[in-house]
Amino acid sequence: MTAAVLQSSECNEAGDLDWVQRALIDGYQRGFPLTEHPYATIAEALGVSESAVLEALADLRERGVLGRIGAVVRPHRAGWSTLAALEVPEARLEEVAALVSAYPEVNHNYEREHELNLWFVVAAAERGRVEAVLDDIELRSGLEVLELPLEEAFCLDLGFAIRWARS
Amino acid sequence: MRDLDRRLLAFLQDGLPLVAAPYATLGQRLGVSEAEVRARLDHLQSAGVISRFGLVVRHHELGYRANAMVVWDVPDAEVRAAGRRLAALDFVTLCYQRPRRLPRWPYNLFCMIHGQDRDEVLAQVVEAAVLAGLEQVRREVLFSTRRFKQRGACYAAPTETAKQAEVA
Repeated sequence: MTAAVLQSSECNEAGDLDWVQRALIDGYQRGFPLTEHPYATIAEALGVSESAVLEALADLRERGVLGRIGAVVRPHRAGWSTLAALEVPEARLEEVAALVSAYPEVNHNYEREHELNLWFVVAAAERGRVEAVLDDIELRSGLEVLELPLEEAFCLDLGFAIRWARS
Repeated sequence: MRDLDRRLLAFLQDGLPLVAAPYATLGQRLGVSEAEVRARLDHLQSAGVISRFGLVVRHHELGYRANAMVVWDVPDAEVRAAGRRLAALDFVTLCYQRPRRLPRWPYNLFCMIHGQDRDEVLAQVVEAAVLAGLEQVRREVLFSTRRFKQRGACYAAPTETAKQAEVA
């Protein structure tokens, strides 16, 4: 398990991205075309070739800027999920983080600056499976899981407006 | 939700393939036509199951190196209004109400703020407190220091995920 150290400077700066890549990020975080040839549809809108769009996306993915082209599911509509936290002794952090990350149901797992220092999200088709994973993590880590399920969402994930001018 | 929709969302966890006709590729894997795949995705969006369909970018790799989860202890009667005010700020990406876990955890309102560096995020936290009327409310700022895992949520069939967990 390799953890990304967030202060590292090895990642590509947004300043390296060309205009097609910026246009893709600005224009297609939602409403991705549902046409038979979606990349050709985008290419036409941007006035470039389909292969230029595919290459730009492949490059974004290689740089790690693009996680995926995919669906962000509204919480608790297609299954169950919860945020959870653990207070992990510093010496055990790598071990427990690896244990938690290994579950396919865990999609985010971050170290944060707090006594409760490991924060992760567990999602599954059924609530029972989420509970089972949390129980299993408690059992295997010997640590108490703080479970913090969503009660109300005040904003949906509609993408992120990048402030290019600063980069 | 139909079984087909669930399997479609599970396949999309790996992302839409970067090929000329990606919906046809998904359809082949799912055993349905490409038109059916597009119709289901359209339906899931209009039904509100999918809140957005498109590029999922990683803030950190775009130069947003600092990310903080900001948590607030808001009186219950005010939490909904405060949540809506926070959610309206353009630098707040997610805003959720969650249960307190007393005495351990007194905070009931959570939001995420991404910025270029810590100072920018901290300034935005102060701005958020002022604009959302939360200056007098106890809060904590939890910066992330390491990312161990970041991917899409997996809503595959429970039997399938249980098997994967055993392997893992």
